[in-house]
Amino acid sequence: MTKQVTAWIQAAPMALVLLAFLVAPIIMIVIVSFWGATEYSIYPAFQFDNYEFLFGSPVTYTVFANTFKYALITWAFTFVIGFTVAYFLAFEVRSLKWQIALFLLCTIPFWTSNIIRMISWIPFLGRNGLANSTLISWGVIDEPLEWLLFSDFSVILAFVHLYTLFMVVPIFNSMMRIDRSLIEAARDAGASGWQTLRHVIIPLCKPGIMIGSIFVSTLVMGDFITVRFMSGSQRANVGRLISNDISLLQYPSASATAVVLLITVLIVIALLLRLVDIRKEL
Amino acid sequence: MANDSTLELVSLTKRYGSTVAVDAISHNFQAGVYACLLGPSGCGKSSTLRMIAGHEDVSDGSIVLSGRDVSHLPPAKRGTAMMFQNYALFPHLSVRDNVAFSLRMSGVEKPERYKRADEMLDLVEMTSLADRRPDQLSGGQQQRVALARALITRPQVLLLDEPLSALDPFLRIRMRAELKRLQRELGISFIHVTHGQDEALALADEIIVMNDAKIEQAGPARDVFNKPRTAFVARFMGGHNVLKLPQGHIALRSDEMIVTTPDEGRIDGRVIGVEYQGTHIALTAEVAGGQEVTALMPDASFLDAPKDLGEVIGLQWEDRVAHPLTA
Repeated sequence: MTKQVTAWIQAAPMALVLLAFLVAPIIMIVIVSFWGATEYSIYPAFQFDNYEFLFGSPVTYTVFANTFKYALITWAFTFVIGFTVAYFLAFEVRSLKWQIALFLLCTIPFWTSNIIRMISWIPFLGRNGLANSTLISWGVIDEPLEWLLFSDFSVILAFVHLYTLFMVVPIFNSMMRIDRSLIEAARDAGASGWQTLRHVIIPLCKPGIMIGSIFVSTLVMGDFITVRFMSGSQRANVGRLISNDISLLQYPSASATAVVLLITVLIVIALLLRLVDIRKEL
Repeated sequence: MANDSTLELVSLTKRYGSTVAVDAISHNFQAGVYACLLGPSGCGKSSTLRMIAGHEDVSDGSIVLSGRDVSHLPPAKRGTAMMFQNYALFPHLSVRDNVAFSLRMSGVEKPERYKRADEMLDLVEMTSLADRRPDQLSGGQQQRVALARALITRPQVLLLDEPLSALDPFLRIRMRAELKRLQRELGISFIHVTHGQDEALALADEIIVMNDAKIEQAGPARDVFNKPRTAFVARFMGGHNVLKLPQGHIALRSDEMIVTTPDEGRIDGRVIGVEYQGTHIALTAEVAGGQEVTALMPDASFLDAPKDLGEVIGLQWEDRVAHPLTA
């Protein structure tokens, strides 16, 4: 058998899995997005009605804007928290044993399902929840804070809580690969702690920051359940738009929205990849 | 009293928990000296250098540079600069930006810092590669950049941590000539840590041999080589035989040994090794008490009177070449 044939055979199982479970469904979605629908039926067709409706409706733009808003704010918080945690683990914790122990500690929340972790915020943030009653008993506030739950605040809080680790891991990985003598060399050259951070550590962590950013932005942009639970169905993002269409059996319209969302996310990733060539770093 | 740019170590000590890495060493480095800290790995030479650089806290004692106690100053405020073993060039910066890094940190404007970086690159003959990234350079070129980066801060003392160990043997010999040239041109002190005695002999005005956290012997290169004070120094510098005789230990340079017939020698031994070394033949003989003695013979005189394995020979030396050792 020639080398080429062997290579093809070796790649085949993974290729088949991806074809069957990734490429085929996407093609299906693209096809269905051109179908037509009435109140009670859907029929195969090739028409642009779904897209026309989507781009013609002001709701679409608001919802997309809202999705970007969530993605951007969540990204900012997960980046700051994730970078700080990774920095602490990589540079402040000296022994490998403690690094591993603390790192595992970070992953413990992942032993419970996303939804449970999300829902557990509700009794905490509710009108008569722990947060409000504590603040009232301390005399910080007189009235319960309404914006704690079922608001943008709670949605973003849940996102940050759920996805910060996706930022920590790749940044930590980049940091661990930084040669410690570079930090000493920077100090030798008179760099202060901040200057070392800004001119040495952050530039060298770029690949990790990029990978984390891609994780967080795709997760947040594709999410619908967090927004539904944490906003008490009062806020919308693109994922919810799709899930609403599906619950109304409007598959063609849901598909069209999904295709637009997919393209949007791909554009975001392409833009991020323009900033850093991660292939070089992996 | 310390005059300009002398570096003085005053019972400098480094402890890691209960282990003592550097045990109260004291030494005076004259201004403009090329000094080598020489010793086996784990002898404390690197810790000493790193304490001078400020990358390791001083447990006890002090470091005085130009009459100023710098023991607790940050590295950049000491008047020293360090060249790291693996060069520690910033991989994300160009050669020019690497060299200009310290100027950038102190807020020097771009045109000015690039001008000074280019001057430094000129000094180490790297001007043509100023826009490359470190990973596009060979080991020797990276080292030149690291040198330029260390020198741009105009240090009084340049500290070099095993600077040649990452290079292949040919390059090593070329770079050490380069280091010596730079040191002469700049007239500043170089303190160079190495475990290679040939490197130390070739470069150093002054050699400080360290062993077991202490200074074993310090002095001009010729003195340390020719008059080793202890058996350790004699063995570590190489080229010496350490012989235990009734009157005590002595060191004998192997090239001062005279091979004779058994009855003419002071001691006799059986040849156990003959090694051809190009210009010389190294003849190893086992003498009384199981001690091994090596004699270096010019290859011509060996050819006149060849010796074979197992042959009994006499070994003779002049009194002036025998150096008594303390231990």
